[in-house]
Amino acid sequence: MIDTAGPKATATARRGPVMDRRALTRTIVIVVLLLLALLALPPLMSAYYTSTMIQVAIYSIVTLGLGLLVGRVGLYSLGQLAVLTIGAWVGARLLFATSQPFILVMIEAGLVTMIIGSLITLPALRLRGLYLALITLMLAGGVTVVMQTLNFPNGGGGFSGYNGSQLHIPQIRRPSFAGTDPAFYRFSVIVAIVMFLLVFVHLRTRPGRAWAAIKQSEPSALAAGINTTFYKLWAMALAAFVTGVAGALLAGYQRELLSIQFPIQNSILLLAVVLVGGAFSLAGAVIAGFLQAFLPAALYNLWGVPNDWLIILFGLGVMQVLATAPGGIADQFPKDMKRLYRQISRLWRPAPPPATADGAARRIIIQETAEIHTRSVVIEEYGQARAAAEEQADLGPSRGAEGEREP
Amino acid sequence: MIEVKDLTVKYGGVTSLDGMNLLFERGVCGLIGPNGAGKTTFFNVLSGFVRPASGSVTAFGDDLLKLTHFRRARWGIRRTFQTEQAISDLTVYDNVAMIHSKLRGSARRDDVLASIEFVGGGISPWAKVGSLTAGQRRLVEVARAVAGKPRLVLLDEPAAGLPEEETSHLTGVIKAIPGHTGALTILVDHDMVLVNAVCETTAVLDFGKLIASGPTAQVLRDEHVMRAYLGTAEVA
Repeated sequence: MIDTAGPKATATARRGPVMDRRALTRTIVIVVLLLLALLALPPLMSAYYTSTMIQVAIYSIVTLGLGLLVGRVGLYSLGQLAVLTIGAWVGARLLFATSQPFILVMIEAGLVTMIIGSLITLPALRLRGLYLALITLMLAGGVTVVMQTLNFPNGGGGFSGYNGSQLHIPQIRRPSFAGTDPAFYRFSVIVAIVMFLLVFVHLRTRPGRAWAAIKQSEPSALAAGINTTFYKLWAMALAAFVTGVAGALLAGYQRELLSIQFPIQNSILLLAVVLVGGAFSLAGAVIAGFLQAFLPAALYNLWGVPNDWLIILFGLGVMQVLATAPGGIADQFPKDMKRLYRQISRLWRPAPPPATADGAARRIIIQETAEIHTRSVVIEEYGQARAAAEEQADLGPSRGAEGEREP
Repeated sequence: MIEVKDLTVKYGGVTSLDGMNLLFERGVCGLIGPNGAGKTTFFNVLSGFVRPASGSVTAFGDDLLKLTHFRRARWGIRRTFQTEQAISDLTVYDNVAMIHSKLRGSARRDDVLASIEFVGGGISPWAKVGSLTAGQRRLVEVARAVAGKPRLVLLDEPAAGLPEEETSHLTGVIKAIPGHTGALTILVDHDMVLVNAVCETTAVLDFGKLIASGPTAQVLRDEHVMRAYLGTAEVA
């Protein structure tokens, strides 16, 4: 009565998911790339690109947070740059006010940002889609306004820590072991790795399951006993935490923060970048980090392309994502490479046997043809029926109207 | 055991359930009725998605209507949806493990794997649900519904759109749910062959009211039911 798919299948099932070759390759590739980024890259890079790569690491964390919200939970937030600003402000303030180690300050900035971010977005949790995007954009605007009056701390006293009349502006400090740019670059990459691992662990466990369920079908999630409001808040809090940490990192990188660094249109650009990079994967967040920080710097450095042009470029990118590649570059690039590889390898190999002599494939084709045929017959019949009906309808009232006109 | 008394649900001016009374004791119970009779509304009341205007629902001595929707799964309600809602981004295992359960650690893992094994269909627990066939996705939903010690399993047209062989497999699975889990199972379906095969008792809804209830064979032969559900021509 009940097909248990044989005892063999169950035996492998009990052992759990075996790490297949692809997963192993992927892990090796990631580790090698990270080692390259940490060890080989710093001595090779000029000061300009070192500075750029620090930004890439920082913005990868930001896009990681936004990608989590957009790709995994389906919450479209345009307020992540505001959250980053809050993190940077808190980080800078704490770095001036205390002598705590940098790493501790980063965590504190993350936690404070998490609390503020969650409190602000709490009322917005019942909203989705466009409305959530609008509310969070307003939040971003609000934070921008507050920053314009409050300013970033520059070593002054009081709550704001800003002193406008100061002649000598002290710099925001960096960790003792990462004072130079190359050292701070390594430090940023390591922080980014830790944040990615934090999110990765979330995705692989209960919250990840809950988010996937919420994203696809909230009724289904509720029916499974998932407190959807709680898990949405959790996602917001986690995204705010990592972004807050990135904010503190940004404060240490810039050493001097100005309110004009975070214009509101960048919030929208950030969402575009996340979509183009790939919102559904962690690799997408890294690509988005490169798009956000590396691409403008490189284009400017190589050909003097001003940053404004990127808006057009990213606009085209988003169109491409919406039209053909919902998974963004992270999903599309490997597929394209595979296709390219197949094209190239075909040049060397003799022509493959005509079509896949696979019965299944042929059956599908036959089925599809049959389906198309039935459909066209149905459409034809529908068309005929409709034409007949229209004819009748046309004849009826129009004749009456004519009749009225010529009494 | 589930007892429903005078349950009324109104959507604006439309009365979807109109003083519905129902008593299901054990096993697999069928709930049938023409489209718009209120079957899915009844399930939505049990899931907590719809708040009734009046009436009570008592299941195994507990007042279900007092619980918040997401807490009802913790109480022991499971359901599948008319349009299958397996989460395509997740593996089969994660889809089933998603359900709230009091079990922890290896007991939980065993329970999840046993549920997947129970529904059969040759589904690997580690396959992505997005890669499965429609029938297998249905089975994953059923597996989720039998995991974590359920007390009340609601199946909303689980066989809709399935080919004959998969329906007959599903028939066996549904029949075995009460024995496997001890849960009272309520099946809503238009497939009379399926209802006849798995349900000991069946109730018939029409325009939000219960018009018949009893042993399935007897109910299906009832003249009112035939008129309401199967059309008058069949009576004659």
